[in-house]
Amino acid sequence: MKQFAALVSILGTSTKTNDKLEALSNYFSTANDADKVWVIALFSGRRPKRVVNASLLQQWCIELTQLPVWLFEESYHTVGDLAETIALLLPQTTGNDGNDAQPLHTYLTQLVKLEKETETVKKEYIVTCWMQMTKDERFVFNKLLTGGFRVGVSQKTIVNALAQAVQLPAAVIAHRISGNWDPSTTAFQSLLSEEHASLDSSKPYPFYLAYPLEANPQTLGEPAEWQAEWKWDGIRGQLIKRNNELFVWSRGEELMTDKFPEYNDLNTLLPDGTVLDGEIIPGIDGQPLPFALLQTRIGRKNVTRKQLQEAPINFFAYDLLEYNHEDWRPKSLTERRQQLEQVVNGAQHPALLLSTIVPFDTWEQLAATRRQARDHFAEGLMLKRKSSSYQVGRKVGDWWKWKIDPFTIDAVMIYAQKGHGRRSNLYTDYTFAVRDGDKLVSFTKAYSGLTDKEFNEVDAFVKRHAIEKFGPVRTVKPELVFEIAFEGIVASNRHKSGVALRFPRISRWRKDKKPDEINTLDDLKQMLRLYGTAGGEQT
Amino acid sequence: MLIEFTDKGLYCSAGNFYIDPWKPVDKAVITHAHSDHARWGHKAYLSHYLTVPLLQARLGPQQYQGIGWNEPVYMNGVKVSLHPAGHIIGSSQVRVEYQGEVWVVSGDYKTENDGISGAFEPVPCNTFITESTFGLPIYTWQPQPVIFEQVREWVQRNGKARQNSVFIAYSLGKAQRLLKALEPLQQPVYVHGAVWNMHQALVSAGIDLPPVQRITPETPKETFQSAIIIAPPSADGSPWMKKFTPYEVGVCSGWMQVRGNMRRRNADAAFALSDHADWPGLLSAVKATGAQQVYVTHGFQSAFSRYLNEQGIWSAEVKTEYGGEEETEENTVTEDNTTGGAA
Ligand SMILES: [Zn+2]
Ligand SMILES: [Zn+2]
Repeated sequence: MKQFAALVSILGTSTKTNDKLEALSNYFSTANDADKVWVIALFSGRRPKRVVNASLLQQWCIELTQLPVWLFEESYHTVGDLAETIALLLPQTTGNDGNDAQPLHTYLTQLVKLEKETETVKKEYIVTCWMQMTKDERFVFNKLLTGGFRVGVSQKTIVNALAQAVQLPAAVIAHRISGNWDPSTTAFQSLLSEEHASLDSSKPYPFYLAYPLEANPQTLGEPAEWQAEWKWDGIRGQLIKRNNELFVWSRGEELMTDKFPEYNDLNTLLPDGTVLDGEIIPGIDGQPLPFALLQTRIGRKNVTRKQLQEAPINFFAYDLLEYNHEDWRPKSLTERRQQLEQVVNGAQHPALLLSTIVPFDTWEQLAATRRQARDHFAEGLMLKRKSSSYQVGRKVGDWWKWKIDPFTIDAVMIYAQKGHGRRSNLYTDYTFAVRDGDKLVSFTKAYSGLTDKEFNEVDAFVKRHAIEKFGPVRTVKPELVFEIAFEGIVASNRHKSGVALRFPRISRWRKDKKPDEINTLDDLKQMLRLYGTAGGEQT
Repeated sequence: MLIEFTDKGLYCSAGNFYIDPWKPVDKAVITHAHSDHARWGHKAYLSHYLTVPLLQARLGPQQYQGIGWNEPVYMNGVKVSLHPAGHIIGSSQVRVEYQGEVWVVSGDYKTENDGISGAFEPVPCNTFITESTFGLPIYTWQPQPVIFEQVREWVQRNGKARQNSVFIAYSLGKAQRLLKALEPLQQPVYVHGAVWNMHQALVSAGIDLPPVQRITPETPKETFQSAIIIAPPSADGSPWMKKFTPYEVGVCSGWMQVRGNMRRRNADAAFALSDHADWPGLLSAVKATGAQQVYVTHGFQSAFSRYLNEQGIWSAEVKTEYGGEEETEENTVTEDNTTGGAA
């Protein structure tokens, strides 16, 4: 556990990708095999089920430390992370210095067993573990318990580190560790072996991801070398038909087959050994619908008939990764596209559609088309080099996403709250309001988007101009104006303003504007009428 | 109230003097030389004699009076004495006694003896005015020897990888403690001008500190090979650091107890080494004074005073303009940079 805690500590604090890579590759070369399998699982999103909920952990920590509840909460608010708060609050132990008595996998195996045990048994095990651990070990242990295990490394870095340690090409590793496998029953050797990979017919290919296009598209060269498509606002997914079974994977490496019964018939309609890459998106008669409708579907365990009618899900296919059991990724996009069109047309299923190609002759012409993206419920355009193969992960050069500019609105800050995690000592979480006659109506929170220097400035303003306290929230003098950018707007009866925004963030500080120059509630309602949806209750 | 809380600072009207005032006054008793406690513009300064040279280095020639610990002076019949606070060299608590009533102002303090600042002395009193910089139970420090060991291990690891070790530490307090931590390595220690100034002031006042080498614009880059460098927070990430490439940055601060802060500082390593009392330290200090009432200043004052009240010790929070040692230090360092190399 010590070795793992040290690894997590480096990954969590190091700012250099190379250091992270080195730490991981070092870990994969020295740790025991059972631990390695778990680390791959944890770092690729295969967490064990949550054994206890956060409030129980909090309760046990309070019992052990005899702190008042409010003081625990105050501490939690300052630290910004429950696992870390508990690790810091528990009485210090001398720690079992140097001897890594319990390796990572023994804890994880215990935790899997513990799942079905009573609360008393769980508590006894967890408290005993706590009292034998150092601060860093407690932190990762708590992270495992609460299931909130996230590390600051990309899948790509993990794949590269493994590739370095076991001397295999990164693409092979990426493929083998994806898909459906259970860390408690899989051995390290078999996870990385060829037989295992072919046995598991549900395995998706690693997704090829596009970089945002920031430069002028002219820099990409000849328009004729490029294919343009709409950039859909759905869930990126792979549709897999192998061994007469159909699988639907999301980019988040989640198997979602059961969530979309619309696709069921494709199992008989698609040829065996086919893998399609595309967008999972609600649509009727080939026309996409707003993303908000998809969210009503994925949150639920069982899909109702009503949902199937109101938000039918389509698959907008844009690439063919496997055909006739053969890996087509090395072929050119043009070649893959031709075959893709045949596959989709051959299946003749209303839920399976081709993501249309947007024709263009000049970049100016395409720029004009891009401005209409919102009318198509698209976020912009995708530009793909016609000669490109299908690569692994995010690579610069052949695939670009050319998003439309976000919506913006000028608003005044009215509440501030301290941030979490790395900004836990600064007021960095703000609530904003627009004007409604002579009143101010709050309509959104927004977090990121300012530089550290600006955060410090706003923080100082909040400390000097706080009017009222409600717990951690400060009401501040409405004076600072910010431009808020967002990707979409829906009607909401849970917000005073009647609207909810998608991905709101601070785009810049409008020091040039006074609070009486901000936008109004009518401006927001106007945007809702033009681009919004009657989303209603969903969040 | 023997000591009142005014907009100029803590004021004793019976003795007609202020303690660590933040606006210019006639008579100021100064707990220690950090710039948020020792400000410019007072007519007369009274402090521990080891604080005087530091004040001179920071504020230039003024009317200073230095006294030792436990050597009372009388002002208008009010008995005033200083007692070790253990925060930095010269740092003192101020004990004020008048007509049988005793108040103690802690200034900044730490209860662990760091071997250079003098051991914190609990002073019995009726009313205690305490700082609360780290007044939450998440702040419980590891003992100094453990952190010092981590510091040395880090330097040695960097040395093996042929990297320089750059410590980010306050020029007054943390820098001197680091020197003690690094002494067993018997390697030269290179310092930023701000650290150098404080070091000079302390050495000329007769304090025994390991030697340091000042880094100037003329210092050749080749000097720094698996070397140790100490720089103030304002130098972190500035072009001044270029010379040390390849290097790793280690931040020394109590705030590094929390991972989020460590990430925010972009540090390669972090050492939760503080010159302030941790939570158990604050509690033990308060209890050791036996005070019936406790006023809590800069830090987590609302949490700490609420906790004391719940423990049956009457307490209230007091708004002061202390805190922010880091920002104020940055100003002095910028000045140092502009005159850089002249000295
Ligand atoms: Zn201080
Ligand atoms: Zn202070």
